[in-house]
Amino acid sequence: MTADAGKQPAAPSSLRLVLTLAIAGLVSGVAIIGIYQTTLPTITANKARELREAVFKVLPGVSGMQALVYRDGRIVVVPQPDKDEPVIYGGYDEQGDFVGYAMPGAGPGFQDTIALLYGYLPREKQVVGMEILESRETPGLGDKIYKDAHFVGEFSALSVEPEIVAVKKGTSTQNNHVDSITGATISSKAVVRIINETHAAWAAQLPAPGTEPPLTGGPADNGTGQ
Amino acid sequence: MDNLPWIFISALLVNNFVLTYFLGLCPFLGVSNSLETSARLGLATTFVMLVTAVCAWVLNTYVLVYAPYLRLICFIVVIASTVQFIEMLIKKLSPALFRAMGIFLPLITTNCAILGLAIFATNRGYGFWEGIVYALGAGIGFTLALVLLAGLREESELSNIPKLIQGTAMNLIIAGVLSMAFMGFAGLFSTS
Amino acid sequence: MKKNESYEEFVKGIWRDNPVFVQVLGMCPMLAVTNSAVNAIAMGMATLFVLVGSSFLVSVFRHVIPKQVRISCFIIIIATFVTIADYTLLALVPKVHKELGAFIPLIVANCLILGRQEAFASRYPTRLAVMDALGMAGGFLLALFSLGAVREILGDGALFGVRLFSENFEPWIVMILPPGGFLTLGVILLFFNWFKYKKDEFLADVAEAERGGS
Repeated sequence: MTADAGKQPAAPSSLRLVLTLAIAGLVSGVAIIGIYQTTLPTITANKARELREAVFKVLPGVSGMQALVYRDGRIVVVPQPDKDEPVIYGGYDEQGDFVGYAMPGAGPGFQDTIALLYGYLPREKQVVGMEILESRETPGLGDKIYKDAHFVGEFSALSVEPEIVAVKKGTSTQNNHVDSITGATISSKAVVRIINETHAAWAAQLPAPGTEPPLTGGPADNGTGQ
Repeated sequence: MDNLPWIFISALLVNNFVLTYFLGLCPFLGVSNSLETSARLGLATTFVMLVTAVCAWVLNTYVLVYAPYLRLICFIVVIASTVQFIEMLIKKLSPALFRAMGIFLPLITTNCAILGLAIFATNRGYGFWEGIVYALGAGIGFTLALVLLAGLREESELSNIPKLIQGTAMNLIIAGVLSMAFMGFAGLFSTS
Repeated sequence: MKKNESYEEFVKGIWRDNPVFVQVLGMCPMLAVTNSAVNAIAMGMATLFVLVGSSFLVSVFRHVIPKQVRISCFIIIIATFVTIADYTLLALVPKVHKELGAFIPLIVANCLILGRQEAFASRYPTRLAVMDALGMAGGFLLALFSLGAVREILGDGALFGVRLFSENFEPWIVMILPPGGFLTLGVILLFFNWFKYKKDEFLADVAEAERGGS
């Protein structure tokens, strides 16, 4: 490689141009791979921890979880779900007994996509918790779907039969009614619709209550892929 | 959210790249003094967006699965090459247009709207057709915003504008009002 | 003399040639991530890291990089630093990373950084280039913070998440929405212009007085 330790030559050869770019690319690649490998363990641990926290939040009384997918006609436990495979999470208490499912769902809201996680008890056919994971709704109005304690609390003993219905605030009369947020009707209805749609997609695939797959690895299993 | 019409309208109006996501502001504030240049720049940008969206999909699906950390560099190389290619194309097909556009053509490379498009499409997991529709909506939305501002600026050229507010300050305030107007599109296409 | 030179390069970026208020560069992140003071500062620090790192490398290698491929080399260097910043933020502060979202990789397209490499770092010795980068990034951080603070105080009634007003404060929501970004920056630029105008007037008066006029 030419070692010009001074001013530029009049017209550098094509070889020199290509070599410079190639070396720059190479060094850059090495640096990037280096930082990636260094930060990967922390990033993976962060992601797992976030998921655990969300699942424990929507399924009260749970201390262990594992990922479940639908393959070959039944729900099975998988250590690592495929990239685009729909996944739900089974929650288990300290004795390792099955408590309920934590089911992720997403759909269009008022402004942009809303992503949420809700806890479901198959025996009682009830939603017992709801956590908004991602939302871009209007601050001050639509963002009440996660900021308004009353709205979030509506999802703590909610029947899914025949389906959840969003009603005007204060007119909730039945177990499957949810009080909408005043001034954020579309956001509230979006949340309800997302849960209904996710539920409709999974209901037929869930095993009969009492026959859920047991927790692999014992009650202390972290269950998120290790 | 694989709904193609929703993706298009969302990128074009509801979540306009310039007025909602603040992408592509440099040309927005810098070029919009002429309606004609704005329209041309918008079209060129839309074309680059389309090419970028397709390349991003190809890269994401076949190459970057093995090396996700190279995503940024690959995208930027794709964008720079596409812009270079367009420059040569325009120079050959219409030298007059090339001269008229001047420095703004190479500047498309640093237009954050194009890189932003690639990154958003990746984050949302858009497939081939979704990416194309998204790029179309984003590009036309970008052009729309540019043309709107250019039109307003040209209209007000001969008006008595206080010296203090002339220039970028006024453009930003006009943009703020435009952005507020576009907020009215939120909720479009929403199913109740 | 060198010390004064370095200081000059540093200070000019903070006020006189402030990248946002004077040069009107780096607009995209300015408006997008300034909906809260914390986000603004995080973006400012990330940009500082990228700008200083890139300027340093570009200046060190300025005699070695051929002119014909310099832009591509600059971009490769900048993109590398941005990727490093991206992964580091994701590992250390995932919540902030989520708020900033796609705007961290978009630092690459920040015309301020590429502009500094082309205009300064590739032509001046390393020490001056680094001081220039620090100054520009500092000015950028200052601009980001001022916008972020105003928008958060008015739009959320808080600063750094700490409630400033009583419960009865009705937040001016539009401030943390896109239009608020445009309007706030427009108003800040307005004040900037007024400031400059007054200063020019004052200097003109002084010059005239010195000439023996008035």
